[in-house]
Amino acid sequence: MNVTQALLEALESLNGNKLRSGLTVLGIVIGVAAVIAMLAVGRGAEASITGSITSIGTNLLFVFSGGMEGGGRPGGGGGSGNNDRPLTLADAEAIADPFAAPSVQAVAPALQGSGTVTFNGENASTTISGVTSEHALVRNMEIAEGEFINDEQMLGRMSVVVLGPETADNLFGHHDGVVGETIRIEGQPFRVIGVLVSKGGGAFGSEDDAAYVPFSTAQARLIRRNSRDRVDVIFVQAVSADLVPQAADEISNILRQRHRTPIGDDDFTVFTQQDFLSTFATITGILTIFLGGIAGISLLVGGIGIMNIMLVSVTERTREIGLRKALGARKRDILTQFLAESSMLSLIGGIIGILFGWLIAFIVGQIAAATNTMFSPLVGIDAILLATGFSAAIGLFFGIYPASRAANLEPVEALRYE
Amino acid sequence: MDFVIKARDLKKIYKMGEVEVEALGGVSFTIERGEVVAIMGPSGSGKSTLMNTLGCLDRPSSGEYILDGESVASLNDDQLASIRNRKVGFIFQSFNLLSRLTAIGNVELPLRYAGMLEGRRERAKSALEAVSLADRMTHRPYELSGGQQQRVAIARALVNDPAIIMADEPTGNLDSKVGKEIMNLLLNLNRERGTTLLIVTHDPMIAEQTQRVIRLRDGLLDPDVSGAAGSGKAAAGEKK
Repeated sequence: MNVTQALLEALESLNGNKLRSGLTVLGIVIGVAAVIAMLAVGRGAEASITGSITSIGTNLLFVFSGGMEGGGRPGGGGGSGNNDRPLTLADAEAIADPFAAPSVQAVAPALQGSGTVTFNGENASTTISGVTSEHALVRNMEIAEGEFINDEQMLGRMSVVVLGPETADNLFGHHDGVVGETIRIEGQPFRVIGVLVSKGGGAFGSEDDAAYVPFSTAQARLIRRNSRDRVDVIFVQAVSADLVPQAADEISNILRQRHRTPIGDDDFTVFTQQDFLSTFATITGILTIFLGGIAGISLLVGGIGIMNIMLVSVTERTREIGLRKALGARKRDILTQFLAESSMLSLIGGIIGILFGWLIAFIVGQIAAATNTMFSPLVGIDAILLATGFSAAIGLFFGIYPASRAANLEPVEALRYE
Repeated sequence: MDFVIKARDLKKIYKMGEVEVEALGGVSFTIERGEVVAIMGPSGSGKSTLMNTLGCLDRPSSGEYILDGESVASLNDDQLASIRNRKVGFIFQSFNLLSRLTAIGNVELPLRYAGMLEGRRERAKSALEAVSLADRMTHRPYELSGGQQQRVAIARALVNDPAIIMADEPTGNLDSKVGKEIMNLLLNLNRERGTTLLIVTHDPMIAEQTQRVIRLRDGLLDPDVSGAAGSGKAAAGEKK
């Protein structure tokens, strides 16, 4: 008996008891669908986070004030009681020196704070950033309408603002045709000169809900820090992805020199996009394993269902097994027959489960899209292979015991069985 | 002489816990090719055990058994399966057809286990023709009468050209008229093809139609009436 024949016969035999076969298959369907859907959700979360980290800039490095071991999140607000020297505009200029830091492409220092913006009685609380003209380039920002802050506005401390689309929506109810309007930030009038393209929500909260003003304006009138020239964060773009680590070294050297700190006792932190990515990759990896593990348990339960039904089937068909043996079936033939049946159950369950899991992932994606969440589950080919392989293995594993029980029946006993 | 079966001092002992039960107490006889032999005896006399042993479904505890020139007493399970497949055709009282398969599917089964890949359908078809069921090939067992089902079973027993056909109460589940037809069919096969027949029965009417009767009593050949070549020893056979 060859394999095709065994599988065909198995199909025929399973067809003879449709309800029972169907229920057994259902167990595997649920298990496989759960594995596929869960892995897709995990993969989607990872992709969405990776995407949002990538969207904040290209080859980006973050320089915060405060050492890594300085406690808590780096780059907090000013006025901390420790001896760290704050980052200053001069630091940013030093980093921008192409001779000292050849791997650095562009530097964008920023002040960050929050405040209330108002227009025609509409209030909105938002992030307010004081930025330079390089900011748009370094942070991959695109202008939907109008233009970004330029050097002239920077030098003149002009009262102009570029709005994120969400902030514009909050104030105006729409985000087009708002250039030229005047809004108030903390009570002071600012003219809207541009609106950004939406980047969608991300791991760092929405970047779309923000207001950007010239650095000098913010420094003088909006975000007051206790020392002049102080900056909260310096965004640095490296020349290329390969040069990011080198850029980090160059920045560290420059700042150590300027701050006169020994190596290992830095009062600043250089963080790369890659650091963020690997941090989040770890988190989503754990999430995926966790979800997949739970789904795996349901697949295991499905497998036990197969074993259960195969044991019942072997008992029911004892006479048939006896007869087959009388007609010349060897142990191997009987083993093949029952393994083919259990594999068939898990194979069919696996195929339906893959389709079903795909459907679940698709529906989750649709729901996410409908609620404006930047999240689409990804059904990877590896997840499909994993689920297929796993369910086939389960069919074989849980089929082996019943099948070998059938194969080892004594023909005389089996024929006599009522 | 050409013997299909040569059995010498066959014993079968079952262990039931501490107690040993001797189902066959040393049976010796031969069956020639082309013979029609009946095995008779009261229930519990060891008929079924003897039949199972001769059909290679079970191994004797001791003794020598040569089936169609092959010594089978010491073969392993798979070798026995192969012997059953090639040399023995079984007919059962309760037909034992697989209800999922059609008539021809049932007849094909032994060919499948013989590893035959091509020409199975033709062989199975000609076997069904031999039992005049060519027009019922694609019927399933439940669509056939008892007599027709037993004829499918006979076709299945024939299909591999076995050295011997062993029938266990072949007419036991049939009414007397149909039973007679089945017996005639078997005897015809013997006449036309020279098929060796071994029929286990307790119906004297059937035994009458055979050439020779082997009588069993308490796991031994009944020396008074058996036409066997060698008679059982006088050992006191314990039986259940």
